[in-house]
Amino acid sequence: MRYEGAARRSQTYNKSIIDKIWNFFSSVKVGIGIIIVTLIASSIGTIFPQEMFIPPGEDPATFYAEEHGALGQIYYSLGLHNLYGSWWYMLLIAALGTSIIIASIDRFFPLYKALKHQRVTRHQSFMKRQRIFGTSNVNEVDTTMEKAQGILKKKRYNVFEENGNILAEKNRWARWGPYVNHIGLIIFLIGASLRFFPGMYIDENVWVREGETTVIPGTSGDYYIENLAFTVDFYDEDDERYQAVMEENDEEHIETFHTDAVLYTPAEGSTVGLDQELEEVDRHGIEVNDSFDFDGYSLYQVDYKMNELKEMSFEVEDRETNDVLGSFTVDLNDPDDGYTLDDEQVRIHSYFPNFVINEDGVPSTENNVPDNPGFIFEMEDPDTGDLEHTFLGIQANYDVSPDDEENRYEFSFDGIETNNVTGLTVRKDNTLPFLIVGGSIFLIGLVQGSYWPHRRIWLQRKNDEVWLAAHTNKNWESLKKDIDAISEETEVTTPQDQTDEEHEKSESQENNLHS
Amino acid sequence: MEQLSMNLLAVAFFLYLAATIFYAVSVTGGKWRNKEGRMTGNNWGKFGYITAILGVVTALGYFFARWAVAGHAPVSNMFEYTAFFAITLSLAFVILYGIYRVDVLGVITMPIIMLMIAYASVFSTEVQPLQPSLQSHWLEIHVITTAIGQGILAISFGAGLIYLLRTIDLKSKSMTKKTFGVEFIMYALMSTLAFVIVTNAFSAFDYEANFAYINEDGEPAEKLYELPPLFGPNEGELLTEERMQPWVEMPDWIVSDDLNTVFWALSSGLILYGLVRLLTRRRVGALLQPLFKGVKPHTVDEISYRSIAIGFPVFALGGLAFAMIYAQIAWTRFWGWDPKEVWALVTFLFYAAYLHLRLNRNWHGEPSAWLAVIGFAIIIFNLIFVNLVIAGLHSYA
Ligand code: HEM
Repeated sequence: MRYEGAARRSQTYNKSIIDKIWNFFSSVKVGIGIIIVTLIASSIGTIFPQEMFIPPGEDPATFYAEEHGALGQIYYSLGLHNLYGSWWYMLLIAALGTSIIIASIDRFFPLYKALKHQRVTRHQSFMKRQRIFGTSNVNEVDTTMEKAQGILKKKRYNVFEENGNILAEKNRWARWGPYVNHIGLIIFLIGASLRFFPGMYIDENVWVREGETTVIPGTSGDYYIENLAFTVDFYDEDDERYQAVMEENDEEHIETFHTDAVLYTPAEGSTVGLDQELEEVDRHGIEVNDSFDFDGYSLYQVDYKMNELKEMSFEVEDRETNDVLGSFTVDLNDPDDGYTLDDEQVRIHSYFPNFVINEDGVPSTENNVPDNPGFIFEMEDPDTGDLEHTFLGIQANYDVSPDDEENRYEFSFDGIETNNVTGLTVRKDNTLPFLIVGGSIFLIGLVQGSYWPHRRIWLQRKNDEVWLAAHTNKNWESLKKDIDAISEETEVTTPQDQTDEEHEKSESQENNLHS
Repeated sequence: MEQLSMNLLAVAFFLYLAATIFYAVSVTGGKWRNKEGRMTGNNWGKFGYITAILGVVTALGYFFARWAVAGHAPVSNMFEYTAFFAITLSLAFVILYGIYRVDVLGVITMPIIMLMIAYASVFSTEVQPLQPSLQSHWLEIHVITTAIGQGILAISFGAGLIYLLRTIDLKSKSMTKKTFGVEFIMYALMSTLAFVIVTNAFSAFDYEANFAYINEDGEPAEKLYELPPLFGPNEGELLTEERMQPWVEMPDWIVSDDLNTVFWALSSGLILYGLVRLLTRRRVGALLQPLFKGVKPHTVDEISYRSIAIGFPVFALGGLAFAMIYAQIAWTRFWGWDPKEVWALVTFLFYAAYLHLRLNRNWHGEPSAWLAVIGFAIIIFNLIFVNLVIAGLHSYA
């Protein structure tokens, strides 16, 4: 019924391998199967956290077994910890797309033909086959048909007439809803797959200290960002609205965090390298929910670090004279090789921004972030010409000398400076236009197909009788109301719904006889 | 103002109760005669409808009053979201009842709405400050649209349940898959009711039992139980005086207080269910069945389908399209396979499968009704389990 007998390719050919593939994917059963398998697979991926959600630095090979026991181990070894990126999941999505394309093409043309060339006068058997069907003995056939026509026109049916018979049709365009939404889905899926082409998608992170200007990763050196200032705002503790929550736990409630940023681009013609000249392009306050957008890139506020050590000052004293020789300040992110006191020179022998003693028992640094700075300073005793070494770190101050002798010069801390660091994500996603277009078409098609029913009513004269048959693709009860309006005002009697219980019983007996 | 808004919600609750009663009377009560003296049914259904509309209006009063107090749409914690879901369900009811005028739909839907409001009130009702990523109008648009979509979809559960209660033989002695299925739905609803009663009873007496225990990182911590601790935490030591000792102690990787709550809910539900069956010697479904005698299966099947046909695009718009827009703005990516996102996709795929199955007439009627029940179960799972148990970006708890 759906395609009114117009031939679909899948029902015509079944010879070559291409026919077989075509027929496979054009089957709605297969399509539903693919949807359900995708649904189940997707939900399995939420049983344990996916690899991208486990705490940074954890080794997945051990994490799942330790955190989730034997089941976790199985989950990991089946590769379910990376389910959505797995080849078979992608294959499922591809199969879904293929199925949508083939099933739609297979049905579109027959449906188009069937609806385009509708006959008004249908064969008896066609009428009888409709779910809603009835015959009425009518005295005044002409007036009845005329009245019915008027009622249907009032209900906004398009009425076609042929030899005194009527076809009333409404909302044919809604029948294209599924095809429109499927096209939208296909565009969306194509858009999503473009993600894997180089240059379409960039996802980088960058940390920028206050006052610092750095190149934005992923922009091939085309853009630089400066963090003028970073601030965190907290909710007002006295805000009446939140009193209950504020009293309950006294942690601070963050309202927002914010980077005042300036965007630069290298000046034209300036030399490439560290000291190239930068030109300001734009400035913008970056906040969660308010990214800095330029040239297809977006900078998002995602993270921050407050009070990172920035500068450390030291004072040096001569133990022999108890004189202070002077003090100096080290930029922890960019230390100089040496510093000049009033007369003497201090040299940085070693610098460990994030000091640890490594596995071999040797001082070293975990990374370049000055979270736990340690220094070995070197000074020359002008009297003896000896080189002295002092280790200085947080809560550590040792003279380093092979013979355990005390150094002449004593170092001490003389203050620190900190600053805030903003954590930004750099994002570029050229697939978005496809997703927006595809998604919009999908939704339009969805509404088109869901909110308007395609209804057809046939009224035909058979001698003294009027035959009525009706079909809709959804909401039969509402169609019946339209027909009720006819039977109330004309001689046409209420037709049968051939799926009604009583009717079904007798019909199924009939079917048994035939089969 | 905050108090006013909570009072409005309470009033709405009682209006829904009144609507339930009116609809029940309209279904069971006698028929009335009209002016010409013909039997025409009665007017109770109309009263039910008017009361239901008043309920929706009052409930929306709660919603907007709270919005005004908090300065953001009240959809950002378990209480607010669940209450709003109940409101959208009542809104959807008002729309679909308007089309089909089937009184039994009110008999089933109104109690579910009340149950949801009661369940919502188990959670903290305090107005909370929003963390930075939640301060976006797109979030409000996304959540409100999603909830409306889910509310409309949920009507299909009510109608589907009516279909099952109307058509399945629940009086037969032997248990079949179908009778078990219906009774399981009844039990699930009764467990929710029992859970609400039990938690309210204990919180009325300010019941608290505090434990010192060793958490999953091997560190000492404290845990507060608001129901008597049947399942104690790992190496738990009771700090509150005059409280019962737990029956059993749980290992550290189990969230023992959640388990305890679930156990209380399921077992008190079982007791409630068992009592009803013992006293009436009938299946719970069979007790309700007489209410649905006059229903035309075709009509409820169509209501169930239609609510999905109407709700699916709304859900797709709110739960996927607006969700992606919001996620792109707040979290830098429109999709990140967060459990809540995945379950929105699962919901979407499930109803897509339903719509395609409906293309085949063999799936109309009872199979569709079962699917409508499963769909609702997925929505509730996403609300409760994914929010409370699977921690993700969306976790409210
Ligand atoms: C998640 C993916 C899909 C979505 C969201 C979707 C959505 C829809 C919707 C909403 C309808 C209209 C149903 C109605 O009005 O009752 C529809 C119809 C249809 N869909 Fe899909 N679909 C999807 C995948 C598929 C697949 C994989 C197939 C492959 C067989 C398929 C084949 C069809 C067919 C044949 C129709 C009926 C068209 C007609 O009425 O002429 N769909 N689809």
